[in-house]
Amino acid sequence: MNFTSDTSIDIASAVNRATAPTAEPKLKVEGLNFYYGENHALKNIHFDIPEKRVTAMIGPSGCGKSTLLRIFNRMYQLYPGQRAEGKILFDGTDLLSKELDSTVVRSRIGMVFQKPTPFPMSIYDNIAFGVKLHEKLNKAQMDERVEWCLRKAAIWEETKDRLHTSALGMSGGQQQRLCIARTIAVRPEVILLDEPTSALDPISTSKIEDLIDELKQEFTIVIVTHNMQQAARCADITSFFYLGEMIEVGPSAEIFTNPREARTRDYITGRFG
Amino acid sequence: MDATLTGNQAASAMAAARKPTGRLSDPLFVGVLWTSGIFVLILLGLIIAMLFEGGLPALQEFGISFLWSTTWNPVTEKFGAGVMVFGTIFSAVIAVVIALPLSFGIAFFLTEIAPGPLRRPIGVAIQLLAAIPSIIYGMWGFFVIVPLMAAYVQPPLIELLGPLPVIGALFQGPPLGAGMLTAGLIMAIMILPFITAMFVEVLESVPPMIKESAYGVGATTYEVYRNVSVPYGRTAMVGAVMLGLGRALGETMAVTFVIGNATRMSASLFAPGSTIASTIANEFPEAGPGSLKLQSLLELGFILFVISFIVLALSRLLVRSKLKG
Repeated sequence: MNFTSDTSIDIASAVNRATAPTAEPKLKVEGLNFYYGENHALKNIHFDIPEKRVTAMIGPSGCGKSTLLRIFNRMYQLYPGQRAEGKILFDGTDLLSKELDSTVVRSRIGMVFQKPTPFPMSIYDNIAFGVKLHEKLNKAQMDERVEWCLRKAAIWEETKDRLHTSALGMSGGQQQRLCIARTIAVRPEVILLDEPTSALDPISTSKIEDLIDELKQEFTIVIVTHNMQQAARCADITSFFYLGEMIEVGPSAEIFTNPREARTRDYITGRFG
Repeated sequence: MDATLTGNQAASAMAAARKPTGRLSDPLFVGVLWTSGIFVLILLGLIIAMLFEGGLPALQEFGISFLWSTTWNPVTEKFGAGVMVFGTIFSAVIAVVIALPLSFGIAFFLTEIAPGPLRRPIGVAIQLLAAIPSIIYGMWGFFVIVPLMAAYVQPPLIELLGPLPVIGALFQGPPLGAGMLTAGLIMAIMILPFITAMFVEVLESVPPMIKESAYGVGATTYEVYRNVSVPYGRTAMVGAVMLGLGRALGETMAVTFVIGNATRMSASLFAPGSTIASTIANEFPEAGPGSLKLQSLLELGFILFVISFIVLALSRLLVRSKLKG
């Protein structure tokens, strides 16, 4: 009896934390439709992503969750034949509007990919690369920035003595944290994580998850994951996507313990997926 | 009991009926494969040996200085490879210098910028450049490019750049049309398809996720190329250039038409010269059997072989090192 009430208090507080009325959502998706050529990949999505929270998107492969992530930083625009309709308000301005420059959008909304993608250069240059594109820093300022973001990504201790060696010589987990550091270095407001641990071992994974928890103090985080435990552990808000539609969204605790939709329940209990 | 017995009998009968196959034909097949493989080695070995042995008397006659001596005088029977080695390398380098930026541009355009419907026609056009026989390039160069160079390109260049210090040395002499620059230009067009094709392959092998990461921190198309795609494929690209250089070194017919065939050495881009290949093509018919001239030509051939071998080996090494990474 005691046990039950404890749990329910836990959930209640989590719900409170997650749904506490903050200011306007950082990203507000309104009636978004997305097409790969003829293929209608996202159907009329409405979705609020709150500031300085971790928002997870789960769902079976091909459900559109990665697609949505790639719309947030306009990565889809690199490929002809892909188009988005609708609105995504980012602090009130429409991300999809033509007037907004892609390079500016991407410096404010950073992204980390499924696999570590270090550039073929030194650790230091990997970080400096993005910074140099947007800011003119002198050597001392750049050193400071590199240290700052490596510390933020919890990888400074491992890299401080080899900053000028190739990033390709690091382990997979280190490379992925370097990629997170590289993303932070540009000082974005939103960080998009596209299955950031799918290529990593359990220990590296837990380090990345701890890191996500740290980072949400300063950044708005959107994570796509196939690992439902990961969503349950890291995310304040979880949304479930299926066949291009957003089925359900809510505080993670609620989604994982008491989903409203049958399809969500079937998915999180492993009935399909 | 009966049933089992019949079963066994049937099995053994079947085993007897199956003859082992391939006991004779397979070793024969393997033998044929071995022969073809070894044949290549023997062929290559024989060519090297023939070139070396044929040229050896010239080397004995003129000593090791044959390699750099700039005299080539069939009348006094004094021969040296200096002019041809210089001409071979000079013209090939000109070809690469001209072809490289063009290849870069075409490859970048094809892999990233060109809209889908335009990619194929341009790609095919470049491949067709490689299908044009060398002799056609030679004729075209001789009848079209040489007069154009003499009338419109060389005179203003000589006037404009000739008086400059240091680089002025490259732009001296009368505007003859035929010469090093023209040879290099024709060869540039000939090696362009090869370098471009390899660049395209290298650029396409850059993982899209790495490019997206660079776009993801706010880089522009140019910045992604400059800082990610090119460094990623750097070694293979150097290898591609070396491969082009290797082809240019050995090119014969087109060069013979447009290089001017003079056995003099000059730093000027416009001066007529000769390459190892063009000299052999020009003078072989006049070299009597057993003559010192023939031996010298064979020695030239051997030198060309060594130069090409080094360049190709280097390019292979570089291309392979990238494909592993």
